[in-house]
Amino acid sequence: MRAVRLSVVTAAATAAALAAVTGCTQKSDAKNGDAIQVTASDTACKVSKKEFPAGHVQLDIENKGSKVTEVYLLFPDDRIVSERENIGPGTKQRVTAEVKAGEYVIACKPGMKGKGIRQAVKVTGGKVAKRDPRLDKAVAAYREYAQEQADATLPKAEAFAKAVKAGDIEAAKKEFASSRLGWERTEPVAESFGDIDPKVDVREDGLEEGQDPATDWTGWHRLEKSLWQDKKIGDREKELAGLLVTDLTDWQKRVGKAEITPTSMANGAKELLDEVASGKVTGEEDRYSHTDLSDFKGNVEGAQKAYELLKPVASENDAALTAELDKQFAALNTLLDKYRTDKTSYDFTSYDKVGKADRKELSDAVNALAEPLSKLAAAVVK
Amino acid sequence: MTDTPDSTNATDGTDGACPVGPARAGSAPSRRSLIGWGGAGLALGAAAAGGAVAMTRVGNDVDPAGADIGAGIPFHGPHQAGIATAVQDRLHFAAFDVKTDDRAEFVQLLKDWTQAAARMTAGHAVGEGAYGGLAEAPPDDTGEALGLKPSRLTLTIGFGPSLFGKFDLADRRPEALVDLPAFSGDNLDKARSDGDLCIQACADDPQVAVHAIRNLARIGFGKVAIRWSQLGFGKTSSTTPDAQTPRNLMGFKDGTRNIAGTETGRLQKFVWADEKDNGPDSAWMTGGSYLVARRIRMNIETWDRTSLQEQEDIFGRDKGEGAPVGKAKEHDKPFLKAMKPDAHVRLAHPDSNDGVTILRRGYSFTDGTDGLGRLEAGLFFLAYQRDVRKGFIPLQRNLSRSDALNEYIQHVSSAVFAVPPGVRDKDDWWGRALFSKEA
Repeated sequence: MRAVRLSVVTAAATAAALAAVTGCTQKSDAKNGDAIQVTASDTACKVSKKEFPAGHVQLDIENKGSKVTEVYLLFPDDRIVSERENIGPGTKQRVTAEVKAGEYVIACKPGMKGKGIRQAVKVTGGKVAKRDPRLDKAVAAYREYAQEQADATLPKAEAFAKAVKAGDIEAAKKEFASSRLGWERTEPVAESFGDIDPKVDVREDGLEEGQDPATDWTGWHRLEKSLWQDKKIGDREKELAGLLVTDLTDWQKRVGKAEITPTSMANGAKELLDEVASGKVTGEEDRYSHTDLSDFKGNVEGAQKAYELLKPVASENDAALTAELDKQFAALNTLLDKYRTDKTSYDFTSYDKVGKADRKELSDAVNALAEPLSKLAAAVVK
Repeated sequence: MTDTPDSTNATDGTDGACPVGPARAGSAPSRRSLIGWGGAGLALGAAAAGGAVAMTRVGNDVDPAGADIGAGIPFHGPHQAGIATAVQDRLHFAAFDVKTDDRAEFVQLLKDWTQAAARMTAGHAVGEGAYGGLAEAPPDDTGEALGLKPSRLTLTIGFGPSLFGKFDLADRRPEALVDLPAFSGDNLDKARSDGDLCIQACADDPQVAVHAIRNLARIGFGKVAIRWSQLGFGKTSSTTPDAQTPRNLMGFKDGTRNIAGTETGRLQKFVWADEKDNGPDSAWMTGGSYLVARRIRMNIETWDRTSLQEQEDIFGRDKGEGAPVGKAKEHDKPFLKAMKPDAHVRLAHPDSNDGVTILRRGYSFTDGTDGLGRLEAGLFFLAYQRDVRKGFIPLQRNLSRSDALNEYIQHVSSAVFAVPPGVRDKDDWWGRALFSKEA
């Protein structure tokens, strides 16, 4: 899984940007004096202010180093508030976020590696932008959904782990796809915990330079390879099954603390479709088990959940968009149903049996949904 | 590779020049120039600085300097641009399948496309632009053509035979829009043939052509899906006889006597569909044309191992000057009987085909190498004609049977489209006459 994170974008920035929506007028967001200057180099990460008021926060980043860098605004427990990757040497970038009072960290990562160079910052008092109470309700409901999914995932992951520990390859294979469903449904939230995702859902080619697949590769896909390709379960696999449950338990405990906003929900829905478009529809995600369509369905369900919760507000602002989304969600779900005999089951056709033309059809349907879905966030904050 | 060179047509000679890079200073709007905070590289990033954005917003899309380089081609007119227009250097051609069965939705797409095409060909960004809008929403325009000139971009739409099986259009299918017959030697890949509609994007800058197709595809998601597409470079035919005749990847000059954009008489006779051609149900095609697109793979390596004499015999021209066999100059009238009976030029010549003449604007393509290490390259052949039955079909029948060149080429994809007349003005849209009851 690539690091598609749930970034927290602000209502305040939106209000400012709205003034510039014609695309030909000057952006009225001229509070540059309030911005925090972040000067990144290969060895330092200087910030112009270490204390600032809550609300709309703007980081003006300049990379004066020789390496490409990335800059994060983090909660103390490393949850990502906002981030910007790929800031080339000599270039400037901007990150905005809506931030509540509390302790935070600004981190620069020269070379885009490691934990980065960190600066503790403090956000005080200030105002938090007012939000439509219906949107607060939507966020609360989505948080609840994410928790339910995590709660429901645990027993399934335990069943999977149990089969692995028992050395029962066939039983483990049966439990594999369903143990992933809850994670797949809430992937953007799950991925916002940047430390858990690489432990449970990384593919072999997603390992970082210097990591050894023999010792550093953990999680579902590592076990998938053992079960389907190597067709054997050894002591290491049994150990990894236990580790998967441990990491997912960590996720289950922390999911409630995830920072979720209406726009991050909307963009999270789009990101779920991006996951489908870049990994599932190509068959890369579950390359050994070919259970991609089950993950695919999970992603679509999770996106649809976020969408349904935001729809009351979005349809008021852009009825044509929500009509299109209703239509495209239905079309994609109908298409997916072609690949399972029982509509209550997540037992889908093995993806290696899905031909080129059918994959193209699935890809077209994903594009047809993801394109309007990318406009949902705008409809929510209008 | 249908070389239809030296016509015996009398309109030979004289100027025939379409202005390449018209020089109406100040009249050609350019894409917004970018004076970014840290340069253009930054502006492509996620969030440009407010101050810098303001700088790029002043002015009125006019680039006072260099307006004559890569200027704009008018989008509106009786015929679509991109047919008789002086051939640009680059191509991105895309064929689409229609995914919706809702006629109103499809018509709306054609209107949206027309609007976007008019903007892009004039060098403007699509919709509300590539930056400066809502921070939470993806911009309307994808942005990679910001700062680039219109680069003579033309966008030309065509409707494939399969479209007429949808939206109750069966009775409006023109008789001239026939399905192409199988030609001997064809090895067609269905996945990259045909299509309900096509867009031909030609420009002098490949980024401008690719940007146009990408943005139209994006507007189309859910309504249409790209079925296949082809990039092309190095135009292989010229519609401006004064310009140097371009060479194909076999190294030969091609299209010495193609129809020029200024030859009104020959265009009328061989290219533009006339009201007499079609019954009342297809009167909507008047002023349009019919397009045949063929991806012709060349066996580059074996061609390169062929002796010069054989290469020249196969074409019926010399390689240096491009002169027909026995003649001194490229534009000398060919003496067909001096050529071998299976020479390409001899077989393709109008005199060998009852006067059949087509307008070609093909491009070379190279899509890397195939799995066997061979150059995956050839000619993406595009030909416009008034009636496919009188243009490409008899010509290709003749060539596919006996052309000596067949040993070195293979037709691997094929499509045919009805290309409607031009968009008249800003209230008109692509396909209006087809989709409107009265027309």
